[in-house]
Amino acid sequence: MSIDEHKTKPAAAKAAAQPDVCPTKRKQLDLATVREQIEDTTGPEYWRSLEELAGSDEFQEMLHREFPKGASEWLDDFSRRGFLKTMGASLALAGLTGCTRMPNTEIVPYVRQPENVIPGKPKFYATAHTLGGYASPVLVESHLFRPTKIEGNPQHPASLGGTDIYAQASILDLYDPDRAQDITYLGDVRSWNAFIDAISGPLMAEKSMAGGGVRILTQTVSSPTLAAQIRDYLAANPQAKWHVYEPINRDNVVEGAKLAFGEPVETRYDLSKADVIVSLDADFLYAGFPGSTRYTRDFAARRNPDADMNRLYVIESTPSSTGMKADHRLPMKASDIQSFAGALAAFGRVDPQAARPTDEVGRLLLAVGKDLQSHKGSSVVIVGDHQPPVVHALAHSVNQALGNVGKTVFYTDPVDANPVNRADSLKALVDDMHAGKVDVLLILSGNPAYDAPAELEFASLLKSPAVATKVYLGSHRNETAELCQWHVPEAHYLESWSDGRAYDGTATIIQPLIEPLYNGKSAHEIIAVFAGDSGATGHDLVQAYWQKQHTGADFDTFWRKSLHDGWIADTASKPKTVALKTSSVPAPQSATASGIELNFRRDPSIYDGRFSNNGWLQELPKPLTKLTWDNPIMIGPAMAERLKLNFKDVAELEFNGKKVKGAVWIQAGHPDNSITVFLGYGRTRAGRVGSGAGFDVYPMCTSQAPWFADGAKLTATGETYNLASTQGYQTMETPNGSERPQVQERSLEEYKKEPNFAKEGEPPKDLTLYKPEIFDYAKETYSWGMAIDLNSCVGCNNCILACQSENNIAVVGKEQTLRGRHMHWIRVDAYYNGPRDNPKGFFQPVPCMQCENAPCELVCPVQATVHSSEGLNDMIYNRCVGTRYCSNNCPYKVRRFNFLLFQDWETPQFKLMRNPDVTIRSRGVMEKCTYCVQRISEARIDTERADSTIKDGDLQTACQQSCPANAIVFGNLNDPSSQVNKWKAQARNYSLLGELNTRPRTTYLAEVRNPNPELAT
Amino acid sequence: MQIFPRSSNAIARASLVLVVLAVAGLGWVVLELERTPYITNAGVRKAQPVPFSHEHHVTGLGIDCRYCHTSVETSSFAGIPPTKTCINCHQQIWTNAAYLEPVRESYRTGRSLEWTRVNQLPDFVYFNHSIHINKGVGCNTCHGPIDHMPLTYQYASLQMEFCLDCHRNTEKYLRPRDQVFNMRYEPPVDDPLGKNAVVFGGKTYNNQIALGTALHEAYNVRSVKDITSCNTCHR
Repeated sequence: MSIDEHKTKPAAAKAAAQPDVCPTKRKQLDLATVREQIEDTTGPEYWRSLEELAGSDEFQEMLHREFPKGASEWLDDFSRRGFLKTMGASLALAGLTGCTRMPNTEIVPYVRQPENVIPGKPKFYATAHTLGGYASPVLVESHLFRPTKIEGNPQHPASLGGTDIYAQASILDLYDPDRAQDITYLGDVRSWNAFIDAISGPLMAEKSMAGGGVRILTQTVSSPTLAAQIRDYLAANPQAKWHVYEPINRDNVVEGAKLAFGEPVETRYDLSKADVIVSLDADFLYAGFPGSTRYTRDFAARRNPDADMNRLYVIESTPSSTGMKADHRLPMKASDIQSFAGALAAFGRVDPQAARPTDEVGRLLLAVGKDLQSHKGSSVVIVGDHQPPVVHALAHSVNQALGNVGKTVFYTDPVDANPVNRADSLKALVDDMHAGKVDVLLILSGNPAYDAPAELEFASLLKSPAVATKVYLGSHRNETAELCQWHVPEAHYLESWSDGRAYDGTATIIQPLIEPLYNGKSAHEIIAVFAGDSGATGHDLVQAYWQKQHTGADFDTFWRKSLHDGWIADTASKPKTVALKTSSVPAPQSATASGIELNFRRDPSIYDGRFSNNGWLQELPKPLTKLTWDNPIMIGPAMAERLKLNFKDVAELEFNGKKVKGAVWIQAGHPDNSITVFLGYGRTRAGRVGSGAGFDVYPMCTSQAPWFADGAKLTATGETYNLASTQGYQTMETPNGSERPQVQERSLEEYKKEPNFAKEGEPPKDLTLYKPEIFDYAKETYSWGMAIDLNSCVGCNNCILACQSENNIAVVGKEQTLRGRHMHWIRVDAYYNGPRDNPKGFFQPVPCMQCENAPCELVCPVQATVHSSEGLNDMIYNRCVGTRYCSNNCPYKVRRFNFLLFQDWETPQFKLMRNPDVTIRSRGVMEKCTYCVQRISEARIDTERADSTIKDGDLQTACQQSCPANAIVFGNLNDPSSQVNKWKAQARNYSLLGELNTRPRTTYLAEVRNPNPELAT
Repeated sequence: MQIFPRSSNAIARASLVLVVLAVAGLGWVVLELERTPYITNAGVRKAQPVPFSHEHHVTGLGIDCRYCHTSVETSSFAGIPPTKTCINCHQQIWTNAAYLEPVRESYRTGRSLEWTRVNQLPDFVYFNHSIHINKGVGCNTCHGPIDHMPLTYQYASLQMEFCLDCHRNTEKYLRPRDQVFNMRYEPPVDDPLGKNAVVFGGKTYNNQIALGTALHEAYNVRSVKDITSCNTCHR
């Protein structure tokens, strides 16, 4: 069916026949239609969701509507009488609003102004955000000592200016009003000194027993200072023990390294030299994978079709953003990957054709094997954390055999200071607790009462009187804090001194930017109390540690330089030579299970649940599903059809005798007979944002099978549940008669033949009824433009959060998201192409296009959106009266309307957090991407003061700055040597919906894939 | 039967005009009310913790603006002096003056003085001092006779029309950079005797428009179209 025929479907008529506008009563998607569409190859070529593929009426309506159904309607329970009263009062007051007198406000200067502080000029400090033990280096913007924005550290090799979503969003955690604010004992507020007094008694008693009853439970520790502190304590109390637990751990990686080399080495990759990359269930381009920021940069740099382009094969059990970028992707049950890895390791020795029949898997295996063989020393095999140790060992042997070690693969000492097996470590602690050997339990952050393996029943053990003294250091009064007598609020990383190591071992000193808001304490200070040094501050402890390490003369210079740079020179782990113990790698077992496999995965947004109370992350559309505020039961389309399950159906998942109910999400490209569920939801004590969202699957997760297991059962319940997915909202429609898809894509071969493919169908530049002069910006000093490289974009979502933080964008909540009222200025659309069981995937970030011929401007009755002299499509909030005509007329659907008062004007913490250079929008006002006009203004003023102009590269938008892939470039179109002009001059450059002749300033570089010619069908 | 006399026709016709006039008049009244100091706060002397006199410090003592407003040349915010700046002098003179007690107390206790803001712009307007100083807009162009204010008040309406007047006609207000902080600067007037003549770039100007146009050129002030683009002040 062509696009035209799509339109002829009587969608509008049907919509009219259904007066009900409630989004909860949408027509269900018919999966049989989806299949037919595919088989007839009649659906749209590039589709965003299975609903679109099926050509559902509901989807058609979404295309035509400015906002999704329910967004523009007043659906809340509000009586007619109440409405009239309010309206009457509003009308009466409307005339007076213009006469508001400004209230008196205060100016509060310093008493003694610190040196180098200029009010109105932000300062930047280098520090690091730590997740799973791995530090991501950041620069933090500070307005008069209020941290407001996190950026990557451009000089740090692990960042190169990029960040990850967790680092970006961590600023919101700092100002979270739900953070624990007091030291409590059984819920009663106590002072720090009271805590020290109370704890010293039991500690003295333990001291006489060499600390026999003391157990310290930490998360992954890469902080050299903290590790040294704990080791010193253990040395003084030899019977005390240090346990480590974190649900999202790298046990398999460590065990795999031990299996292959006999020691827990860390594996590091250099993707800049890799021509062929094979990912076995590794989502190495998404935050949470150690080094993902740097890997993304290196990977994206090699996606240039005009240079030496790399090739990515992804074999994966859960569709991921890395899989979306693959040149060849194969969905495979997690348990089957082992035999694939085995065959890959045996490639060349065993004939793969004999081992595998000539099915899809066999063909891919043959092609991958050959490709790897022909790229010895310039290829790499990466294995995901959740694959069993043997797969890691096999990958090590493949990398070794291909001669990749020392070229694309490096082995170093572990970043983790205590690389013990997490599951075993926690088990040992639980055994000791059962045996009554534990008197004092110190839990340093984490949330084991919520996320410990189910069979350990850690929460009930913690609740029981098995341990006399339980101390918890944590930022929130969460599930674990509830069960410990003492709860000490943990200082945020922007409030306390510490240190950490990046994925390459580089040490960073974590320096605070603000005094603890609620007298929080750091792990260093608690351990110091245990060691009997209760007066020690974090600063002194960290400094003392590095003073000991420093051998040179001038420690002060070294310290200051390290703080300034954000890293300590010469601390990166040196590559070490390790010998492969070939004999010990066991033969891979081919999967025997034939039942339904259940996969547990960390959530792409809230990780293991620790970011539950972070509204930015909760509302961040997950890369593929674009889901917010919930976790689904994810299955493939074939399985959904077999089980007669549909979108929004609630199914009951049964595993290991445990049952849980959740809404089904049918994900194109998900392997058959396999279910994926996401950890981190169903929190009961997360806070006002995270409590109650989604369902908890930790009770099913055991240490025997932390990541996947066979034997799950899924049954329909007949109930339905609304998942707030933004996929499908703000859907762009191709104009009448045009079949030009929004994403333009070709294979490398086709691109070489016809490089200008993407421009097809674009009108010539001079085609206009207006006088051409009005589009002439050549006389201006600046004329701003942006180009986005679809080849580089890996859908990491960084740009969304960077924009949210920079531009004070509100969080709206699940109910409002469901109505399509979310406020993100930049969205990342996911497109699919091809069969629903294994489609190709594409990401397309869509900010405001800043059209020169902007449709929004023509329809605004109050001129609240007009063009600036430099070609920006300005939005003037104070003029806007909220007609929403502009967004109705925007073909890109990038305008966002404040349907309600979404900004929190009351909570004092958030007032500290906001960017003072951007207006806080109120209700009834339209808003949209401004190209970060505040940054343009600042840069322009700064350079003009020096009688100069903005140099290319000196000015970056927030999205561009945070992008780890360098996929966004912004600059001056009137500067012929600017990077953005170079990009726009490329053959791949095309305008989104260019056939509308909107003359967008933001253009895209079309996607070029590099498929293996051997696999061409 | 005829209820209305013939004359009511005239009244009806007149009332058509009168209603229009009345509505327009009401609109005019509202607009004028908007411009009154009641709304704009122009000329209103607000209560301050210390009755600081610009007149005494600037005219009387000859202290330069930048001694206190240190960031006016580099930042959007001109800067309000920290208590330390006051104490620099007032630990020597007027050390026992009763009305300076809040200053001394602030210095003693470390608690800041809380001044009431005098020149206030709405939150959706972003004004930058440094660029105006750099382009040759004098302090008193906006702040008026600040050097003759015993108690500080807002001189201009600071409404959008006030800003636009200059942004649309920069030549009416610009002065040489070295005269920006000169409170006694007077623009050249058309005078055959060369009263207030200003020498700039080796040329003598007897006329503000000519001078302003030359300065606009010399200081690379952006075009009127540029500086009246909305995003110049709103973002």
